[in-house]
Amino acid sequence: MPSDPIIRVEHFTAGYDDNVLMRDINFTVNRGEVFVILGGSGCGKSTLMKHMIGLYEPIAGAVYIDGDDIVTAEGDARRAILKKIGVMYQSGALFGSMTLLENVRLPLEEYTSLNDEEIDLIALMKLELVGLDAFSGHMPSEISGGMQKRAAIARAMALDPMILFLDEPSAGLDPITSAELDLLILRLAKSLHITFVIVTHELASIYTVADRVIMLDKRIKGIIAEGDPKVLRDTSDNPWVRQFFRREAAPEVTAEAA
Amino acid sequence: MASAPAASIAVSDVNGKRELRLAGRLDSYSIAGVWPDARAALDAAPNLPVSVETSRVDYCDGGGIAMLVDLLRQPRQPAALVSVVGLRPEFRTLLDQFDPVALRAHPAEHAERLNTVAEIGRAALILGRDMHMQIAFIGETGAALWYAFTHPHRVRWKDVWYTCEQVGVNALPIVALISFLLGIILAFQSAVPMRQFGAEIFVADLVGLSILRELGPLMTAILLAGRSGAAFAAEIGTMKVNEELNALTTMGLDPVRFLVVTRIIAALLMMPLLCIFADLVGILGGALTMLSFNIPIGAFLHEVDSLVDVKDLLAGLAKAPVFAILIAGIGCLRGLQTQTGASAVGISATRAVVSAIILLVVVDGIYAFIYYLLDI
Repeated sequence: MPSDPIIRVEHFTAGYDDNVLMRDINFTVNRGEVFVILGGSGCGKSTLMKHMIGLYEPIAGAVYIDGDDIVTAEGDARRAILKKIGVMYQSGALFGSMTLLENVRLPLEEYTSLNDEEIDLIALMKLELVGLDAFSGHMPSEISGGMQKRAAIARAMALDPMILFLDEPSAGLDPITSAELDLLILRLAKSLHITFVIVTHELASIYTVADRVIMLDKRIKGIIAEGDPKVLRDTSDNPWVRQFFRREAAPEVTAEAA
Repeated sequence: MASAPAASIAVSDVNGKRELRLAGRLDSYSIAGVWPDARAALDAAPNLPVSVETSRVDYCDGGGIAMLVDLLRQPRQPAALVSVVGLRPEFRTLLDQFDPVALRAHPAEHAERLNTVAEIGRAALILGRDMHMQIAFIGETGAALWYAFTHPHRVRWKDVWYTCEQVGVNALPIVALISFLLGIILAFQSAVPMRQFGAEIFVADLVGLSILRELGPLMTAILLAGRSGAAFAAEIGTMKVNEELNALTTMGLDPVRFLVVTRIIAALLMMPLLCIFADLVGILGGALTMLSFNIPIGAFLHEVDSLVDVKDLLAGLAKAPVFAILIAGIGCLRGLQTQTGASAVGISATRAVVSAIILLVVVDGIYAFIYYLLDI
């Protein structure tokens, strides 16, 4: 794939108060690629993602989304950037007082000038994509956690954004649904050139969907590995990285030695 | 709105066939301009086969696909079907994911309307269940309180003291403000007409009696319901939504003993103290107001002392524990009854305040009746 960065993270330092989680990290995400952020628990994967979507302000550095820095953008400029991205949160974060269809309709109602019937159809089709069209009239509290997650993906896709951020998409899904979700991600990435930034632990899913991964590490407060996951598994010279990809135990011991 | 690169539509009839030529970029923003035209062109030719020509579409996202599906899903004569031609393969895969017939005419899902009798029956059932739950809760709480009374070392006193601070100490400013205001208003409003009869001094009796017996405890209770009753409901409700209550239950810990008893004890301890505080500040407010009617504070207090005795103070204070149990109990009950979802917590807090205030009024009425019968 020719290198055409849609996201550039530059000299990025982030953390909470005095606790710096990552220091001066740099990476890019290419247009149309499925990019996965990996790492052990507590290394700041979700935090990094929340910085990339502009929820948190970094201590230093910039996050360029399609050429514009989301860290410094304000007002209309910021809204213009936010329209290019869709986000699925770990818990789904569906609005509990609205049905699934209304949840997906919301961004369409706010940002487009389509009429009700047209919005209904688009929203219903998004729900069909994630296999929830039969539940369009249900409230979020009436469906399972995995279904809430899929509905959240449908909502994130409502405006067909250029970039979709998914925080732990397959956690809580059964293997079949999870595999179907992988196929969906691949299909959207291929046909619409949607760029995916995914935070996940699920190795099977990583091997299926990821074009490229970065792996964060809390010891070095930065990126410990970057590249194709299968290549990293087989050829990385860092034993901790190899063990992570092979799902082997006790990585700490060898990481100290590395 | 993003400047939508134009999507365009051209309609022509060739050889008994209608052709819709779509071009440009079909995305969620740009399709608003062409969708109604496309539908109109389709509806205007109900008996012609329609071919939607899309080879000049550069980009087509989910919105564009939705528009094509909408054209395809319209019920048509067998001789006048709609077809989409020339779509790029990558967009074709997206379109093929959907079955237009399945997406046809989704009648809005209306909840089944009940007839009046069924509606009344359902409301009665809900009321019955609610009462059943309340009676069960009173029993459970009573048993837990008795257990706490007989096993004081099993009570989580740390939680009790913390709640005391929340319920009692932190409520002092607002209780002071409202009682002071009440004292001033009572004194001023009664002093003006009474001055016409030279009876200003009796304002002291009026203020003293009404605040000690009625208004002090009642206003404090209403404030407590608004502050702490709602807080209890919201706190326990959030715990329920977060499955913390389930966690307690599966650890074998009774949520009533753990959460409700501590709060009721705290309210029981704090409510009488708050009442006394409200009484004092209320009378002070009255006394200060009467200064402007040339009645010195000493004279005011002396007059209060001559008519109002300990019996009146106790008559007011006797309400405090009942009010406290009521407010804390209702707050906790509504919290425990919380359904799932963010709005559920708000509903619980509202219900806690409303039910507590209604019950306060009822119980206060019962007290007044009993005092009247017993001539207290």
